[in-house]
Amino acid sequence: MARLHEHQGKALLKQLKIPIPQGGPAKSSQEAKRIALEIGKPVVIKAQIWSTGRASLGGICFADSPELAENLAEELLESGVEGFLVNTVLVEERVAIEREFFASIIIDDQSKSPVIIFSSHGGTGIEEIAKEQPQAVQQHIIDIQLGLRDFEARDMVRRTGIQGKLQLSIGAILVKLYQCARKFDARSVEINPLALTSEGKLVAVDCRITIDDYAVYRQPELDIEVAREFDRPPSELERIAWEIEKNDYRGTFYFIQMEDGFSKGEGMIGFHGAGGGGSMMSMDAVMARGYKIANFVDTSGNPPASKVYRAAKIILAQSGIDGYFASGSGVASQEQFHSARGLVKAFMEEPLRVPAVIRLGGNAEDRAIVILERAQSFVPAKIEGYGKDDSPDFCAERLESLINTHKPSNSDASSFIHTEAITPYTFPTVTNGKVTFDHAACSTCETKICIETCVPGILKLENEVPVLNISEDEAAKGKCIECLACEIECWFDGNRGGRIELPIPGLEEYQAK
Amino acid sequence: MAILIDSSKRVLVQGITGREGRARARLMKEYGSQVVAGVTPGKGGQDVDGVPVFDTVQEAVETVGDLDISVLFIPAPLVKNAALEAYASGVKLLVIIPDRVPIYDVLEIAEAAKESDARFIGPNTLGVLSPGKAVVGMIGGRAASAKSWFFPGPVGITSRSGGITSSMAYYLAQEGIGATTLVHVGGDAVVGTPHPDVLKLFEKDPETRAIVMFGEIGGSQEEQVADLIENGEVTKPVIAFIGGKAAKSGTRFSHAGAIIEGSRGTYDGKVKRLKEVDAVVVDAFGDLPRMTKLTLEKHGIKL
Ligand code: SF4
Ligand code: SF4
Repeated sequence: MARLHEHQGKALLKQLKIPIPQGGPAKSSQEAKRIALEIGKPVVIKAQIWSTGRASLGGICFADSPELAENLAEELLESGVEGFLVNTVLVEERVAIEREFFASIIIDDQSKSPVIIFSSHGGTGIEEIAKEQPQAVQQHIIDIQLGLRDFEARDMVRRTGIQGKLQLSIGAILVKLYQCARKFDARSVEINPLALTSEGKLVAVDCRITIDDYAVYRQPELDIEVAREFDRPPSELERIAWEIEKNDYRGTFYFIQMEDGFSKGEGMIGFHGAGGGGSMMSMDAVMARGYKIANFVDTSGNPPASKVYRAAKIILAQSGIDGYFASGSGVASQEQFHSARGLVKAFMEEPLRVPAVIRLGGNAEDRAIVILERAQSFVPAKIEGYGKDDSPDFCAERLESLINTHKPSNSDASSFIHTEAITPYTFPTVTNGKVTFDHAACSTCETKICIETCVPGILKLENEVPVLNISEDEAAKGKCIECLACEIECWFDGNRGGRIELPIPGLEEYQAK
Repeated sequence: MAILIDSSKRVLVQGITGREGRARARLMKEYGSQVVAGVTPGKGGQDVDGVPVFDTVQEAVETVGDLDISVLFIPAPLVKNAALEAYASGVKLLVIIPDRVPIYDVLEIAEAAKESDARFIGPNTLGVLSPGKAVVGMIGGRAASAKSWFFPGPVGITSRSGGITSSMAYYLAQEGIGATTLVHVGGDAVVGTPHPDVLKLFEKDPETRAIVMFGEIGGSQEEQVADLIENGEVTKPVIAFIGGKAAKSGTRFSHAGAIIEGSRGTYDGKVKRLKEVDAVVVDAFGDLPRMTKLTLEKHGIKL
C-alpha cells in the first residue's frame, strides 16, 4: 500500500471540501517562512515522514513568528528526525483544539466491504478507548453500491452520544471522507484527530492515507513513485526495481531491501523467492542457519525469463552478499527453465562470485537444473540446482556448506562475452530490449538450436540463418516473450550468434558508485 | 465427488485469445476440463484450438448453452467489467486469475456475486483442480505434470499461496495421500471464497474426509475457520500450517497479502485459535504429510 505523506493526504481531503488547517508544504526554510507570513498567526511545523509518534521524536515544532518558523524548518530539513531524512515540512496555522474525534475507513476482508469507524474520543490511544468505552467507537459497514449515506453517517455519530449541530456537521464530514477514499482508491484513510476548534469549527488536524497499489495506474495525479508499502523512502535499488515492475505486467517482481551498507563476511544472503508462501518458508530456512536476508525478492505469477534476469542482476548489485539463495514453493506450475535461463544469463554476465543454491522445483525442473549445471563452467563460484524433492532446509544447508568452503577466485572476469556481430540482424523486444543474431556466426552454426527452443516459435530459417517468421512489430509488441533461448541455448549448443540486451535503467550508474 | 470443478462442468475462458488464455485453455482441456467457449471482445468468430470464440458472454451462452464456470485470463484493469458481464449472463462461478485487481473492483464484484447468488475464486489465484477430473486456472501447469503429481483421495486442500497449493498436494501424494480438490483461494487481502467458505464446501462433500489448510499471517481467514470448527459447522479433521512466522510486524511480503493488522492476523494468534479448537497445527512445513497421515489414521480414514 502506497502511503501518502500528511500534506499529500490533506490535499485530497481538501479536494472533497473537508476542512484542513490553513498552510502548505515547504521544501526550503525560505518557503516555510513565506507560508508562515501568509498565515499571519502562530504556526506548527511538521516533518513529513512516515513514522508514528512524530511528536515525541521531535518532528513537530511550534513557532510564534515567521523567523522562528524559518529557523525550525531549516533545522528539520537539514538534520532530519531520528535518522529519517526530511525533505518536506508542513507549515500550518496552530489550531486551538477544544475537543478531538477520530474517523477512519478501512477495507474489511470478512464483510468484503469498506468499513467506517468513528470515535467521539480522538487523539492517541484510540485502541484503548475502543476497549474501555465501546459505545464511543462506532462502526458501520458501507454498501459499495450505495456508498455512505448521510443518515447512516449521522446515526453513527448519534450512537456515540453527540447531538445537535455537531452531529450534523460530523456526519457530513464522514460522508465526504468515504467519497474521498473511493475517489482515490484508498486502502485506508484516517483523520486523527478530527478537531473541534475553540471557534466551533471542525478541522482535520492530521491524516494518513494509503492508496491501493493495484489502483495506482488510475490515479496518475497522485504521482506515486513506488507503489509499495515502505516505512521509509524507497532506496535507489528499490526505485530501479520498481521501474521494471511498473513497465512489465507479465508476472510479479517485488523487491525490498532489508539491509544496506553491509560487506562480505557478515552473512548476508541475496534472496530470490517465487510466490509469497514458499518464499517465507525458504527465508525461514536460511535464517535458521544464522544468515541474514539482505533483500526480499519475489518473481512469480509466470514471469518471463527477462524479468527473472533483471531481478537477479539487481540482487547481485548488492556487492556485500555472501551467497545467493533462490527458492520458491518447490512445486511450481510454471515451466522452470524460464527462470533458469534468466538466472544464468545474470550469473554469467556478472559473473557470479558467491555461491548460489537454486531450488527450482516444478514443471520441467530437470531442464532447469541442466541449464544451471551447464552455466557452471562460465562462472567462478559454485552453482547448485535442486528440484521439488529437495526441501528448503536441505537447500539452505547446502548453501551454508558452499559458503564455508568458498574461495574467492582470482579470475573474476566474465567469460560470457559475445564477439561483435559481423552481420547483425536485430529486432526490438517489448521491454526495450534488443535481440541480435550475428548471421555470420549463424550461417556456420550446425545446430540452429534457437529455432526449436524459441518458446513461442517465432523464428524460422531463411538462407540457413534465423529470422523472424512474424513482423518486427509483432515481436516488439510481445510475441517475442524474451524467453532467452536464442541467447542461452545458443551459447551452450549453437554457434554463439544469438544475444539479447535487456536494459535496466539506472543499474550501471548504481554499480559505478 | 469433488468441490467447485469436475469434468461435468462447462467452462468458459474470458480472454482466450491472449498469451495466457490461449495456452491455459489448451492445458485445461488436456487435463480433462470441458472448455466449451471463449470470449474476447472484438474477436468473435475465431477459434482457439477448436474452442469457439465469442464477442460477449451472452453470445457464448446463446450459442453453446449454459456455462457453469468462467475463468478470467485478462489484464487486471478489465477484470471488473468482465466479471460483471459473466454474472449478468448467469455464470455462477468465476475463477479470477490475474494479480493486481484494484480492491474496490473486487468489492464491487463481491457485491454482484451476492446479488446473483454466485461466487468467485481469487483474484490472484492459480485456480482449482480436482485430481483425475478437471482443472480451472493454472494449477499443475502442464497436463502431464499435473497428472503425475496429483491423484484422487480423501483430503481437501486449500491454500492462500499458489505455489504451496501444488507443493502440499505433491508432498502429500508422495506420502500416498490423494486429494478431492485443491483450491488456491488467492493471495489478495480480499478474496471471493476465503478458507472458511472453502471449508464449508469440503464439509458438505462426502468424499472429502479431512482438510489440509495453508494459512498465512494477515487477515482473519484462519480465525474464522477456528470459529467454524468451534460452532460445529466444520466437523472434519483440519490439519493446518501457518506461513510467515519470521515476518516482521508491518512488513508485507509480496502479493501474499500478509499484513499484520493489530492483534488479529498474527502468527501466534492464528496458531493459538486453531489449537484451541483442536485443529492439528504443524510447526514445520516438512511435517505436514506425516502429520496428515497420522491424523487420517487416528480417524480411521482409508487412503
Ligand atoms: S543457435 Fe545461435 S548461432 Fe545457431 S543459428 Fe541460432 S542464433 Fe545463430
Ligand atoms: S526470439 Fe524467441 S527465443 Fe529469442 S527471446 Fe524471443 S521468444 Fe525467446
